[in-house]
Amino acid sequence: MRTKNAVGQYGEDLACRYLAAEGFAILERNWRCELGEIDIVAREGDTLVVCEVKTRRGLNYGSPLESITYRKLTTLRKLAGRWLQTHQLKPAAIRIDILAVLFDHNTPPSVDHVRGAA
Amino acid sequence: MPLAQTWSVALVGLEGHLVEVEADIAQGLPKTTLIGLPDASLNEARDRVRAAVVNSGERFPDRKVTIGLSPATLPKTGSHYDVAIACALLAAAGVLETGSLRQSAMIGELGLDGRVREVRGALAMTLAASRSGFARIVVPELNAGEARLVPGIDVYGVRSLRQVLAMLRGTEIPDEAPPRAEPRLLSESLTRVPEVDLEDVLGQREGRRAIEAAAAGGHHLFLHGPPGSGKTMLAERLAGLMPDLSTDDSLEVSAVHSLAGLLTNDAQLVVRPPFIAPHHTASLSSLVGGGSGMPRPGAISCAHRGILFIDEAPEMHPLTLDTLRQPLESGYVEVHRSAAVAKFPARFMLVLAANPCPCGLSGTTQGICTCTPQVLARYRQRISGPIKDRLDIQRQILPAARSITDGETPESTAVVAERVRAARDRQLFRYRETGWILNSEVPGPVLRRDYPLDAASQRMLEDLYAAGRITARGFDRVVRVAWTLADLQGIDRPTRELTHQAFQLRTGEPLTDLSDSRPLKGTAA
Repeated sequence: MRTKNAVGQYGEDLACRYLAAEGFAILERNWRCELGEIDIVAREGDTLVVCEVKTRRGLNYGSPLESITYRKLTTLRKLAGRWLQTHQLKPAAIRIDILAVLFDHNTPPSVDHVRGAA
Repeated sequence: MPLAQTWSVALVGLEGHLVEVEADIAQGLPKTTLIGLPDASLNEARDRVRAAVVNSGERFPDRKVTIGLSPATLPKTGSHYDVAIACALLAAAGVLETGSLRQSAMIGELGLDGRVREVRGALAMTLAASRSGFARIVVPELNAGEARLVPGIDVYGVRSLRQVLAMLRGTEIPDEAPPRAEPRLLSESLTRVPEVDLEDVLGQREGRRAIEAAAAGGHHLFLHGPPGSGKTMLAERLAGLMPDLSTDDSLEVSAVHSLAGLLTNDAQLVVRPPFIAPHHTASLSSLVGGGSGMPRPGAISCAHRGILFIDEAPEMHPLTLDTLRQPLESGYVEVHRSAAVAKFPARFMLVLAANPCPCGLSGTTQGICTCTPQVLARYRQRISGPIKDRLDIQRQILPAARSITDGETPESTAVVAERVRAARDRQLFRYRETGWILNSEVPGPVLRRDYPLDAASQRMLEDLYAAGRITARGFDRVVRVAWTLADLQGIDRPTRELTHQAFQLRTGEPLTDLSDSRPLKGTAA
């Protein structure tokens, strides 16, 4: 496995643990269709939460949150719609969250959670 | 604390408005928005502040940041909000205490490396903050000099954002390299009062008399004569005859100069009356003030409480010259632009200089004028009647060759300035309950009612008026100059002699004693 995929995988694991600790129920991980991939699908109360996890190993190229572009958000919206269609679900609310995972060599990894990014 | 406020100042003309700078950090992807009608240079503050914050060793919040400048309807311009924005933002991010921020006003532009750059108009902004009850203001170190001229407010001059943050946190203030002053060559040449003495002017008895009277009473002056006769020389010496500005005037003039970017970095108050000499090609808006969006003061406002000297006045576009009419009467100018209406003070002494004709030889003994009558007539029309009518003192300056042999040892500036000062003191005392300072400022009706001439002088002027030799406005103007001449001599009321002299000064006739003068038309018996 290439390093960057391993880093991403590790970040997603970390994000899942974080979400579970926050009281989210994880419904699905790495769900794919031809539009792309949803990293984590979770449920918080009545709300379906589509999560994008972005992992970086330093701030040299900016914070992980900054790499989420308008285009990425648009894709996430479409993916959310497709996921609901596929699963025939009608949740009370839908939300898109971003989880920025940052781990440097010398500090413990951190998870920055932005609720309702779009 | 996702929300924090601090204060800055917006300038509309010379008037400062307090602006509340708020920063809010909300959930959302990183994005910074600036609201409150910013112009282009202010909108760029987002990027400047971001770089400055990061390069000052702080973290820029990875969230949706909204910066609001209120009142939201007042258009804001300029880069001086940077420091306030950076501080509000860091307080909202929770790395600064909010308490101290709310009691401070802050101005200053940030460099990308976090250094605080100087801004224009710091004096007027500090004045506004002080009047709104602020106990302290943070300003760029290079502006601290002028800001400290404002009484009753603590001024903190800073070199960098790091210093501002240390100050607000109460930690030790780090040392920074001193700021490099921007070159101010242009401004120095603009406001420099020539270091010249009246002693250097040989002869020119009438010219000296004219500028002495002009300085004493604040009268507008018209000097005309052939090239090289000394018009410019006399005009330059006029500023030296005027006394220092009063404290209030000094603050007001300094505020205008600060806004116009004319104050030097050592920023002393302007205490000497400014001498502004725009070239005759000056544009309309450079003269009265203007600029796109937010109006800026023009030459006439920079000359406030001083002298506006226009050499070769007939070469100036007549329309441009005529725009001076309204400020000459009112002492201020209102400049309307899309973003705001600004009112600038403009109580200046107008000094015009002109050649007698395009070839410069008309009325001289140095040669024969080659201008045709049409050319002459057109040249004289370049200075409109209304402007000419406002010039209290009109003098022909003859070439030194003809007047150099007056045989008098020239008086020095110091001697004449002392007489001018005494004359101004008399005026100040006479008008102590009215609010006017100079003879030239007293309105006509008041002048006629409260400060009438004696019967003989009055009759002489009425005869001249009846004979059509002076206008109604001219009548009052002669009376004002007569009062000035009386003040210069230290007598209580103008005599018929002085009134006659005032009339001659106004109409540009050679000065003569009343006894040996040609009989005046209309004064028979």
